[in-house]
Amino acid sequence: MTVTPILAGEIAKKVISKEAFFILDVRNEDAFSDWKIEGENIQYLNIPYFDVLDGVEGILDQIPTDQDVVVVCAKEGSSIFVAEMLAEAGRDVRYLQGGMKAWSEHLEPVKVGDLKDGGAIYQFVRIGKGCLSYMIVSNGEAAIVDATRMTDVFIDFAKQLDVKITNVLDTHLHADHISGGREIAEAVNGTYWLPPKDATEVTFAYEPLEDGRVITVGTSKIDIQALYSPGHTIGSTSFIVDDAYLLSGDILFIDSIGRPDLAGLAEDWVGDLRDTLYSRYRELAEGLLVLPAHFMIIEELNDDGSVSETLGKLFANNHGLNIEDEQEFRQLVTGNLPPQPNAYQEIRQTNMGKITPDEETQREMEIGPNRCAVR
Amino acid sequence: MNVAKVLDAKGLACPMPVVRARKTIKEMETGEILEIHATDKGSMADLTAWAKASGHEMVDQKEDAGVFTFYIKKG
Repeated sequence: MTVTPILAGEIAKKVISKEAFFILDVRNEDAFSDWKIEGENIQYLNIPYFDVLDGVEGILDQIPTDQDVVVVCAKEGSSIFVAEMLAEAGRDVRYLQGGMKAWSEHLEPVKVGDLKDGGAIYQFVRIGKGCLSYMIVSNGEAAIVDATRMTDVFIDFAKQLDVKITNVLDTHLHADHISGGREIAEAVNGTYWLPPKDATEVTFAYEPLEDGRVITVGTSKIDIQALYSPGHTIGSTSFIVDDAYLLSGDILFIDSIGRPDLAGLAEDWVGDLRDTLYSRYRELAEGLLVLPAHFMIIEELNDDGSVSETLGKLFANNHGLNIEDEQEFRQLVTGNLPPQPNAYQEIRQTNMGKITPDEETQREMEIGPNRCAVR
Repeated sequence: MNVAKVLDAKGLACPMPVVRARKTIKEMETGEILEIHATDKGSMADLTAWAKASGHEMVDQKEDAGVFTFYIKKG
C-alpha cells in the first residue's frame, strides 16, 4: 500500500466543501487539544507518534478503511513515519505535507464581491489560523488590508490580476500574527498605513490612518474611509470600502466580538469597545457587509469558504452586540477571557519593528489558533 | 547530576530525537539518567510528553544558544 502527500490547499477545499474524512493526528495530546485542523465532518484520532513506535497494530481497528485517512503532525516527519507503518500494515493513507506549519500558512483567496465601478474585493482565508486579509482591486490598482507574513501570496495574486499594489493597511497592531504589511509596501514601493495610536512605539515610517481619512484605489476612485473604532486596541480602525463593505478588523466578528486585553489594558479599553460596537457601529448602514480580520470557529465560514455577514444581521444575531446591561458586557469581555495567543508579546514587538526573528522563529511564534475574540 | 549516558540528537528532526532516546534508554537501568542534546524545537514538548507517557521522569531541561539539553531519569 502507498503513502502519498496531501497539500494544505487540498485539505482546505475538503473543509470548505464539508467533505467527510479522517485525521490521525500524531502530535502530543497538549498540542492536539490546543489547536487542530477543524472541519464539520472530520473524524479525529489523536495518538502521539511515540506511542506507536513499536507498531501500529494496536490502533488499526480505530482507523477506517472506507474514507480518506490523513496523518498529521507538526512538521511532517512523524506523520510520514506513522503513515509508512500504516502502509506496511496494508492501509492506503496520506500525510499532510509540511504538517501543521503548512496548514497554519495556507491562504485560500475567495472573491467576496464586486465594486460599483467594476472593481472587486477578495478575502484571503488563512483557514488554519482563522486570519482574514483583503485585497481591494480597482482599475489597475490594489490596496491590501491586514496582510499576513506570507507576502508572496498577495504579491503574486496582484500580478495575476495585473494590478499594482499602491496602498497597504493594517486595521490595528496585531498580536496574534505577524503582519506582512510593511514588507509588501516596501517590495512594491507602496504606502503603509497604520493607526497612529497603535504605532507610538514602531521603529519605521508609516502613514497615519486617522478618522475620516479617505484613501483612493484606482482611477475610478474606490474610497476606503477610515473609521476610528477603538476597543481591541486603542488605535483600532475600521474601513468602509465603496460604501458597501465594512472591514471591521478585530472589533467585530461574525459570531463573537474583539477582546480588549492583548495590549494589557482590558479594564481601560472595555468602555471603548462598547462605545464602538453600541454607538459608532449603530450609526452605520445596516446593509454594509461586515468583513472581519478573523474567524474563530469553522461554522463561521459561508458555503464558498468566505467569512462575511451584513451589519444588520449581526446586530440581530451576534450575542456580543445584544448585551443591554453594561456591567454584564464588562463581565463578558474581561471576566472570561480565553488564553492569550501564543507568543503575543513577541508578535507585537515584531510588528512594531523592535525585533526581527528569522522565518523559522516567526513560524513557531504563530503556532496555534488566533484567540482574538470573546463570545 | 549523575549522568549515565549522553545522547547527541542535534540536527535530527522529529521523530528521530524521541526514537533515539527511546532506544538508548531501553539499554539503561532504572534510576539512571540520560542526557539528551537536541536542536529541534518540537523535541522540547515531545520528549517531555514521551517521558511522562513512558513512566520516565524529566529531571531538568535547559536551552543554550539553540541547543536544548534534557535530563531524563529512567522509570
